[in-house]
Amino acid sequence: MNWIHKDLLGVRDLSREEILFLLDTADSFRDISRRDIKKVPTLRGKTIITLFYEPSTRTRVSFEIAAKRLSADTINISTSSSSVVKGETLSDMGRNLQSMRPDVIVIRHNMPGAPHLLSKILDCSIINAGDGAHEHPTQALLDLFTMREKKETLDGLKIAIVGDIAHSRVARSNIFALKKFNTEITCCAPPTMIPPGLEELGVSVTDRLGEAVVDKDVIMMLRIQKERGGTSYIPSIREYSSFYCLSEEHVGLARKDVIIMHPGPMNRGVEISDRVADGAFSVILDQVENGVAVRMAVLYLLSGGES
Amino acid sequence: MTILIKNGRLVDPASDRDERVDILIKGDSVEKIGKKLSGAGAERIIDAEGLVVAPGLIDVHTHLREPGFEWKETIRTGTMAAAKGGFTSVVCMANTDPVNDNKAVTEYIMERARAQGVVRVFPCGAVTKGLKGEDLSEMGEMHASGAVAISDDGKSVGNAQLFLKAMEYAHLFNLAIICHCEEETLSHGFVHEGHASLLSGLDPVPSLAEEIVARRDIALAAYVNSPVHLTHISTAGTVRIVREEKARFPKVTADTCPHYFTLTEEATLAYDTSTKVNPPLRSAADVAAIKEGLRDATIDMIATDHAPHDAISKDVEFNLASSGISGLETALALSLALVEEGVLDLKSLLRKMTANPARLLNLPFGQVVAGAPADLIIFSDKAEWTVDKDAFLSKGKNTPFHGMKVRGKNLMTIVAGRIVYTDPEFK
Repeated sequence: MNWIHKDLLGVRDLSREEILFLLDTADSFRDISRRDIKKVPTLRGKTIITLFYEPSTRTRVSFEIAAKRLSADTINISTSSSSVVKGETLSDMGRNLQSMRPDVIVIRHNMPGAPHLLSKILDCSIINAGDGAHEHPTQALLDLFTMREKKETLDGLKIAIVGDIAHSRVARSNIFALKKFNTEITCCAPPTMIPPGLEELGVSVTDRLGEAVVDKDVIMMLRIQKERGGTSYIPSIREYSSFYCLSEEHVGLARKDVIIMHPGPMNRGVEISDRVADGAFSVILDQVENGVAVRMAVLYLLSGGES
Repeated sequence: MTILIKNGRLVDPASDRDERVDILIKGDSVEKIGKKLSGAGAERIIDAEGLVVAPGLIDVHTHLREPGFEWKETIRTGTMAAAKGGFTSVVCMANTDPVNDNKAVTEYIMERARAQGVVRVFPCGAVTKGLKGEDLSEMGEMHASGAVAISDDGKSVGNAQLFLKAMEYAHLFNLAIICHCEEETLSHGFVHEGHASLLSGLDPVPSLAEEIVARRDIALAAYVNSPVHLTHISTAGTVRIVREEKARFPKVTADTCPHYFTLTEEATLAYDTSTKVNPPLRSAADVAAIKEGLRDATIDMIATDHAPHDAISKDVEFNLASSGISGLETALALSLALVEEGVLDLKSLLRKMTANPARLLNLPFGQVVAGAPADLIIFSDKAEWTVDKDAFLSKGKNTPFHGMKVRGKNLMTIVAGRIVYTDPEFK
């Protein structure tokens, strides 16, 4: 299969086959990170810029490590050190960066569509590392990678996604991706955090955590997006946690071999209890490890590589 | 100048006329309408064979941006765009800088329009000083200086008591009251709530934000028996509300804009900022309801909400982009699609763009009859063309219709007996 996309703006644009191809490619990259010498020359001479308009640790480091293990040169820009503070527009910033001839720009932005704006005006590849409440495609891909790793196949999985669905790009990307497979998805949140028309995406909706988790193969917990006004949709974090914090009793209602996922950063005691986060069913740290392999695959394919 | 327009199909909703006749214009008014008029003495004879002759269009909702935002539009460029689009009168909204909330600004606009304007300009004054929703503007003095309406367009007057007083007071001067219906506390978003917000992750604007204020403003108007006009209505719910309320209180009128019956929220999904407009592009069901509202005369008028912006205001993230569409030069063609689709006949369509706005604003225009001011247009309802934003006379190139094939083109615009626009291909 040849990879035809210049950019990765969202998983909604990808086909089932393309997602599987990407996951297979990631598979082949995973061993590199487990070697003593964690570097291959695959992307030597390529320049990758990460442009982060929003704070991030996991995603930014994951992209940087992925790029470095493929021998690409990386430059990290975050808003505090960029000319954004001087009032430069995103378009101008993009055009300026382009003049320095990067091969890939990885962008994280608090506004939906920001990567699309860059994609329209720049020739280099654009990777969406999270745009507001829209998409976080590499997160969904690493989540699918982890699910496939633990469950062998994506088809037939029953998945609960719990938390602030309305403001979550992780939820959107996961729903878009998982609905390309034969999966059953239940979204669970207080009604104020369910976006209008959610059922249109082919998911079922419940506001009871105890119902959402029953018989599930996967439980994916999301955090409250305080930076997107998430706290004004609930009376308090404390009250939220008393109804929506995933406990061991909830886990007991799911399939015996359920996996518990979380895109991080976790708010322990809010959406997930310590015992579940650190428990036997948690694959949260596997997600992080797999994130590097998935991002290596994405960088590799967008930089013109073929499997 | 004496102009004879021969062989055209005159469609004049005000006089309920749709027939092939000649029209003789003498000086600034229509001298005579009849069959086979003699061209003797006419300085200019125009053959309108196969073309439609109609009253000049009247737009109850434009933004000319002057004073204060001359890099976006001026009275000169805005009225040039109007003339090209077939409009002979435009009402310009008050959100200039300074705000048109006193007679000095109104007089400035009138003076600039006299000196620079290509078509007639009628200022709409602010309801409240500075559009702040706190104190009534000096609407009597603005009226004396030429204002024909009041509106805080861009937002609603949130304070119901104040708006009630504004309606009562405006009655003194017979000023039209134009309502932008939007409940601020429900409207922090950028796209229609539902499909568009769900897929794009952009913050939603629910239909309710418009409908709740539409309902309120009509109730306020009915309470003081004041005429009230709802502008750029966009949702099925608002259409239903206007329809219901009109049955009880006939002083309600409403307009919508071409983009609300041409595009759906689907157009916003690519984050193209030219589709960002307030109220937002709505669902397919809303578009169908808007068309039904136009068909059954619930919606009385089509306005442009011409909102020109400079490139930089749109070359940014969707959230940050200015709202609005540069609409004067596409409105006629987009509206004529309603005729082709069978929603309206040509006369009913033109009524919504001529006679009805004239009645709302108490203007003697919007009709082609002997003795009336000679404001009229000649257009082809068949000519096909492709929208090219770079060919706009407006400074605002912000249109989601760029590249779209449309049918129907204004060829000539006459204001007060003077030819102010001729299409380059029209001989």
